[in-house]
Amino acid sequence: MPDPGTGEPLLRTAHQLIVENDDIANTLELPRLTTRLDVIREICHHLAPYQAGERPIIGATVIAKDLTIDSLAIMDMVMELEDRFDVSIPMNVVAEIHTVDQLADTILDLRAKR
Amino acid sequence: MGLFDRHAGLLEAYRDVRTTGADPFQIRMERVLSPTEAVINGRKTLLVGTNNYFGLTFDPSCMEAAIEAIRAEGTGTTGSRIANGSYSEHVFLEEEIAAFYGKKHCMVFTTGYQANLGVISTLVGQGDHLLIDADSHASIYDACKMTQAEVVRFKHNDPSSLESRLRRLGDKPGNKLVILEGIYSMLGDSAPLKEFVEVCKKYGAYVLVDEAHSLGALGETGRGLCESTGVLDDCHFIVGTFSKTLGAIGGYCVSNDPDFDILRVTVRSYMFTASLPPSIVASVRQALRVVKARPELRKQLWDNVATLYDGLAAQGFKLGPEHGPVVGVHLPDRMLAIGFWRAMLDAGIYVNVAVPPATPNGVSLLRCSVCAAHTPEQLQHMVEVMTGIGRQLGVISGAPKLRVVAGSR
Repeated sequence: MPDPGTGEPLLRTAHQLIVENDDIANTLELPRLTTRLDVIREICHHLAPYQAGERPIIGATVIAKDLTIDSLAIMDMVMELEDRFDVSIPMNVVAEIHTVDQLADTILDLRAKR
Repeated sequence: MGLFDRHAGLLEAYRDVRTTGADPFQIRMERVLSPTEAVINGRKTLLVGTNNYFGLTFDPSCMEAAIEAIRAEGTGTTGSRIANGSYSEHVFLEEEIAAFYGKKHCMVFTTGYQANLGVISTLVGQGDHLLIDADSHASIYDACKMTQAEVVRFKHNDPSSLESRLRRLGDKPGNKLVILEGIYSMLGDSAPLKEFVEVCKKYGAYVLVDEAHSLGALGETGRGLCESTGVLDDCHFIVGTFSKTLGAIGGYCVSNDPDFDILRVTVRSYMFTASLPPSIVASVRQALRVVKARPELRKQLWDNVATLYDGLAAQGFKLGPEHGPVVGVHLPDRMLAIGFWRAMLDAGIYVNVAVPPATPNGVSLLRCSVCAAHTPEQLQHMVEVMTGIGRQLGVISGAPKLRVVAGSR
């Protein structure tokens, strides 16, 4: 899957290792940093159903204007992203977010402050 | 750019609605005959969309009390409680509502909207945290716009969603206030209040419950969801309205907080609007007596809810998740909802139509509100009419549902 922001191919990172130990197999979840790409990818996943025509969703996409999503659905998407990335984005902050890039930066900033 | 250009999208949607030949947002009741009937478009129409849960708008004792009050004290107070003084009856009403809930304090507002707007926006301020259910009423959302507190939404009726948001606050300073509703106005579902209250206790959050649609309907003595779930003492603030079960207009907030009365000089929606007129105060005081004296009205209401809800469910309609005085009927889209609504009006039945953005998750609904004064025959007739229209419009299948009793392997 190419990066929806840049069109560059994504690098896969292995974050799950299966460790076999004789007859026991454990899955180890390795702590992994959430990258900007992860956040953008998740946002695009939520916005895909609202894509207008063939125009791709990119970092500069203005969520409320370039897509067919309404304000309530935006707030519901934010709630999903909050749980996915374990941050809370206050409604007054959401109101100032216009583009996909801004939303991703907000999530990353809030994660960094945890 | 003209002042109204920003509403272009809404204007277009509204035009679509009116192409059905009737405007659901400008219905005129030419004559109201009773709590369950009115003349609309020249014909007698069954009312199943008025929030008049106990049918008290025509209760003779409430009407007499209002008429008596007008003769004694005139038609209006012409001013606010703060600037122009209270009437004795305002104070009596507040004392009676406080006593009804077993709380120390009560403030009465001119509408329920103003109660939520003023109380919520004033209780929290800069540095505080306001957590609201995603399906909250517009008055709660509007309060959010008026406060400097940080507002975060949690998933509807989901205590774990609230918990994760409270947990994320960690040891951030500031008060936490959680807003819940007894019965949600679109789908008639109730909050899992006991579970919510447990989460709030764990994180030291205050709880405010809006019992607008549950006053009278829920609880052994009609005090709402706080009573029926046994958490009356754990709810710091209870808000409600006089405009549904009590059959008039106005709002209230009760609390045990010793400093509660400071809200009288800080809540702007209380300070800067005229107080309730004597007739309203008198009918509400009487309606509260009726609610206490006639628990059979609550039973009648729930019997009627069962008749309508179970009747529609048996025909295959997709309804809200549980029995409630509000019965929300899901329809696939906005235009079908409006067409269905129009067909029902033509058949002499008035319900509400609720379409996005006024509804949660973008659903389109026929919103029915049940009244204790409905007869079983009226509601059975409604189920028959809705079944007929539902089949014509392809919302439900034509033949009665066949149950598969055995299948080949």
